[in-house]
Amino acid sequence: MTHDPQRPAPSACGGPGVLLPGPWVAATLADLGVTHVVWLPDSALGTWEGAFEQSDRLRLVRVCREGEAWAIAAGLHLGGRQPVVVIQNTGLFESGDALRNVLFDLRLPLFSIVGYRGYLVEGSTDTARQFTEPVLSAWGLDYVLIASPDEGPRLAEHYRACRAAGRPGVVLLAEGRG
Amino acid sequence: MATNPRSRRAMPLAAALEVLAARRRNEIVVTTMGSAREWPRCSKHALDFHYLPSAMGHAPMLGLGLALARGERDVIVLNGDGCMLMSLGCLVTVVASAAANYTLVVLDNGIYEVTGGQATPAGATDFAAMARAAGFATVAAFDDLARWQSSAAGILAAPGPRFISLRVEPVGDDYQLPAPRPMSQRIAEFRQALAQAPTPLPNQDG
Repeated sequence: MTHDPQRPAPSACGGPGVLLPGPWVAATLADLGVTHVVWLPDSALGTWEGAFEQSDRLRLVRVCREGEAWAIAAGLHLGGRQPVVVIQNTGLFESGDALRNVLFDLRLPLFSIVGYRGYLVEGSTDTARQFTEPVLSAWGLDYVLIASPDEGPRLAEHYRACRAAGRPGVVLLAEGRG
Repeated sequence: MATNPRSRRAMPLAAALEVLAARRRNEIVVTTMGSAREWPRCSKHALDFHYLPSAMGHAPMLGLGLALARGERDVIVLNGDGCMLMSLGCLVTVVASAAANYTLVVLDNGIYEVTGGQATPAGATDFAAMARAAGFATVAAFDDLARWQSSAAGILAAPGPRFISLRVEPVGDDYQLPAPRPMSQRIAEFRQALAQAPTPLPNQDG
């Protein structure tokens, strides 16, 4: 069942280097009608695992490599479900061909949350940080950045906007070292 | 030591697929690469999804997504050995998902057929042993057509997820893939067929 309210920003972050707490993210996704979270977490996203496991409205699907996630999400979407892919930016790079295929060959409007490793590290020289937004721009993907807990509602706003437009979307979630 | 794929005991691909086609009821069948060329020659069904163009190696995961989305219906994925090698971790992902309505068939001809027949690095790799180690509930391997014919129904009715390795002969010079119809059209037709297909009764489609 989809409630889809305007969920306020979380009152606190999810812990050191984790902007959004797992229970808040799980409730937000479930309220949006998301049915499956297909993921390969990093240390920040991984703090959400318990919330996803405990949700009776979301099913967590674990993959071994990020490319698998896009194909599973494609199958779920073809089968009438609403999946979200949750991976780190390094996994975004790894899974480029799978992403290309399902978003551009199959033209499926899949939504993803991508952990933005290195964004919160001042003076970071992490190449994963350096290439993330240029790569998303090269794909022509519609993304928004969440860089503080009070920007949390942008997750639901962007999901709704992309779903209404029938296009893929990405939320970049700022992280420390991931 | 690598085994010459052309010297292995193997079944004709078309005959091996016809065994499956004869037992297919209302399962979703996902094909890719070489199987997308061969399967339509022995079976035409509204619940066939020819994953072409594909991201090579990802048909098993697209099929898994369908199986998770439609738990009431069995999904059969016809994968190649070259595709399998590109995403071996998916064997673990399938088992972790606990999709009992899922069957992965690997058509093992030992070569990258659609690119002209170059050898894969697999050589004597035992895909069935890999699937067994990953935890598939039912695993079988065949290089003999008569044995495959006599065993197919039982294996397809056994507990899932299932893994079937079929050693098949390369098709020779006729390896070019067909030009697919527009993907958007095929997706629309597939979704419509999925919506209209009768819900299988328990154990009806095994």
